Amino acid sequence: MKVLTGNDLKTGAVTWWDGVQWSLHVEDAVDVGDHADAIMAREQAAQRVNGPYAIDAEKTADGVRPAHIKDRIRALGPTVRPDLTLKPADPEIGNWVI
Amino acid sequence: MYKYDQYDQAMVDARVEEFRDQTRRRIAGHMNDDQFKPLRLKNGLYLQLHAYMLRVAIPYGTFNAVQMRKLAHIARTYDRGYGHFTTRQNIQYNWIKLEQAPDILAELATVEMHAIQTSGESIRNVSADQYAGAAADEIIDPRPWAETIRQMTNFMPEFSYLPRKFKIAVIASKVDRAALRWHDFALRIVRNEAGEIGFEVYAGGGMGRTPFIAHKIRDFLPTTQIFSYLQAVLRVWNRNARRDNIHKQRMKILVHELGQEEFSRQVEEAFTHFLSLGQDFPQAEYDRIAAYFTPPPFEQGLSEDLDLSDPAFAAWVRLQTVAHQAPGYAIANISLKPVGGIPGDISADQMDRVADLAERFSFGEIRATHAQNLVLPHVRKIDLPALWQELRAVGLADANLDLVTDIIACPGLDYCSLANARSIPVAQKIAERFADLERQEDIGELKIKISGCINACGHHHAGNIGILGVDKKGTENYQLLLGGSGDEETSQAKITGPGFDEDGVVNALERAVDHYRAVRQPGERFIDTYRRVGMDGFKEAIYV
Ligand code: SF4
Repeated sequence: MKVLTGNDLKTGAVTWWDGVQWSLHVEDAVDVGDHADAIMAREQAAQRVNGPYAIDAEKTADGVRPAHIKDRIRALGPTVRPDLTLKPADPEIGNWVI
Repeated sequence: MYKYDQYDQAMVDARVEEFRDQTRRRIAGHMNDDQFKPLRLKNGLYLQLHAYMLRVAIPYGTFNAVQMRKLAHIARTYDRGYGHFTTRQNIQYNWIKLEQAPDILAELATVEMHAIQTSGESIRNVSADQYAGAAADEIIDPRPWAETIRQMTNFMPEFSYLPRKFKIAVIASKVDRAALRWHDFALRIVRNEAGEIGFEVYAGGGMGRTPFIAHKIRDFLPTTQIFSYLQAVLRVWNRNARRDNIHKQRMKILVHELGQEEFSRQVEEAFTHFLSLGQDFPQAEYDRIAAYFTPPPFEQGLSEDLDLSDPAFAAWVRLQTVAHQAPGYAIANISLKPVGGIPGDISADQMDRVADLAERFSFGEIRATHAQNLVLPHVRKIDLPALWQELRAVGLADANLDLVTDIIACPGLDYCSLANARSIPVAQKIAERFADLERQEDIGELKIKISGCINACGHHHAGNIGILGVDKKGTENYQLLLGGSGDEETSQAKITGPGFDEDGVVNALERAVDHYRAVRQPGERFIDTYRRVGMDGFKEAIYV
């Protein structure tokens, strides 16, 4: 699947396109199919996202998993600071990233 | 320490308000990111993997307790309770919100700090020997010259749109603690036969994708001609730089392509021109700046005796303290490399504590080192036990300076949007592998430097052992390099061979260390052994 990610303009937080708006949670990301460019152009023009780009991802039992480690780290937070990640309580989360 | 005058303060305050307006217009949608990006970069604000990152300048690594408390306050109020000291003697915050960035800059301005020229195609923060003003082996304190150069180069229009970034370092000792020859432009303060002070000048160094060690381009430059000379260097670079190719814009490429002789010839020609303009500042201006760096009132007749009966304290004194120029005093290094920790990271609470200790034991002075540690530069030896106890109480009393666990590591893929691979977990695994202090001391001086990509912020080219993260078909891979150095015998590390995964590179590094221990001669450091025996034996040991 193709999903869209970027950063929130005001906070810089990593965001994912959920079909309606930008979510902080990768599991909300939806497959944008062939519409990536159109959505990004519209959202950027409306100043709702900074530097959006489309990535490959797959839908797994755990939810949406970006294909590249960089986007998995973006989705979760730094692997060396589990206390700062979006899901600090999940001990298995390191495996999800790597 | 330098104090802002009314002009400095007015310029920095005006810049804060300018950026506040730029940020407001960006958030209101009057500017797009392409328009805003160069403006925010001029104020040290990057967009990284998780958020905006703000890099705050610490000129030549010198700051004070009041500034450290402000840095702690910013970490606590606007970030997530910590900061990261970088390999350029700066500090970075990883979780900055754009809408709060102008407020942070305003807070910094109240303690004479800013983030100007910590990014972009400008003359970056001037770096210097972290022991400046305290080192027993310095000719003079190099910081007045570093400050003079800062004043010459901050806000200077001609230097604001350079072909690429430009890094300057200044030292005043034979021993090089600032990786001098890895800079675009570097000055070593020397005394000539007539006893006059001047600069030995180096140009064309730099790491990154295409590493070069700087060439000496002048044996002796009278100090008061530095502005003309620096202008000449920048003019030659500006005139000839390959602005068409981002990978060839650094001055090191020009020096390499022209050759050191031709580059020097052109610089000398331009220098003659600039000298004739009479723009160099008078000695009185230098004296004015130098007056800010008058040594603190050191006490006389202090005891040199220390009770070293506690082995842990003795190890800390042995490894973390360095000879001071004033009798009865020591330079105390504070390690930001606890085993299992993140190199260069420090919590807001620890920052506050270091500020307290600086006030109590070091005339309020603190230094940041390019190896991502801190220094209290002027500690009475009789105060070392109390300092050590206080540092222990906040987890800052590790003893490992220049040992195998004192690893330089860039933020890597955990934070950096340019990264190929993570650096920090590799540093942590190495430190855990070699945690035993007896083993570390047996290995002796060994500088490990790790970068998460070819940009080399982790100085892997200058590592006795360097590690470079690469992307191998979407997975992290690590190249191992040997033989680099950033000291007075600067050398560039060479790649050993095929790369490794994360555990593999830690194992390979350990095999290299074991090989060194097997073949070293008495008194040899790792780098000495490598230089004597060469790569082949190490390669065989690494790729068993
Ligand atoms: S070396 Fe690369 S990964 Fe590391 S901080 Fe620099 S740009 Fe980022």
